[in-house]
Amino acid sequence: MGLKTIVSAEAGKQELVITREFDLPLELLFKAYEEPEIVEQWMGTKVLKLENRKHGSWQFETSDSKGNVVLRTNGTIHEFVPNQKITRTFEMENTPYEVHLEFLDFEKLTDDTSKLTMHIVYRSVAMRDEMLKLPFAQGINMAHNKLQEVAGKLR
Amino acid sequence: MELRRDVFQAIADPTRRAIIVLVALHAMTPSAIAENFDSSRQTISKHIQILAECELLEQTQNGREIYYHLNPKKMKEIADFIEPFRKLWDERFNKLESVMKKFKPKK
Repeated sequence: MGLKTIVSAEAGKQELVITREFDLPLELLFKAYEEPEIVEQWMGTKVLKLENRKHGSWQFETSDSKGNVVLRTNGTIHEFVPNQKITRTFEMENTPYEVHLEFLDFEKLTDDTSKLTMHIVYRSVAMRDEMLKLPFAQGINMAHNKLQEVAGKLR
Repeated sequence: MELRRDVFQAIADPTRRAIIVLVALHAMTPSAIAENFDSSRQTISKHIQILAECELLEQTQNGREIYYHLNPKKMKEIADFIEPFRKLWDERFNKLESVMKKFKPKK
């Protein structure tokens, strides 16, 4: 079986495309983006606001295990076409990362399967690369923290 | 402070990407590489230098000539950089799928 989630990031371009095929009917896939309670479940964030309409806005909040807010994200919805398309902006509050634009296309493959294509456009190539590297950097950080934790116990 | 060049920076430039494509086929001397471009020899050799600093290109000495070839290990490293990003989304989407599968019977 091939990779279900594919990230294509061409060198030197300020955009990237994430595609994923789901073992879900199109309607259920779209619902996962539409209903705030469901978004909260799979994104692991609190949905402060989600106005699914043209010129609507959204705001999510992520907390750590102790309940401290670690990240707030927000944006504006430009297009909202049920079972087809969501166009929105995405911004991480209080970070050096600038706002980017997201095009989400929802497609029916069969009655029970569907596909999501996320086309993300950043302000610059450098900004895109920073975002791509973020989970890599966090992974290193986490490994480092884990190491410190273990090392601390050894003392 | 040592200034480390970034591989992403290295491959962001179209000329440098073209050089990578060229030497991927076979090892080449700097002058053979430069012949493929309209830019000056100095410009191309600066690009080669940046790629070599990032270890994307490796050099071998053959008599008096220096040959550059591609370092496949480093190219793979670029792919590995993106892997945690892909994994993050993959896990997120797996969660979405399992949440929605449970949602089904309630409907």
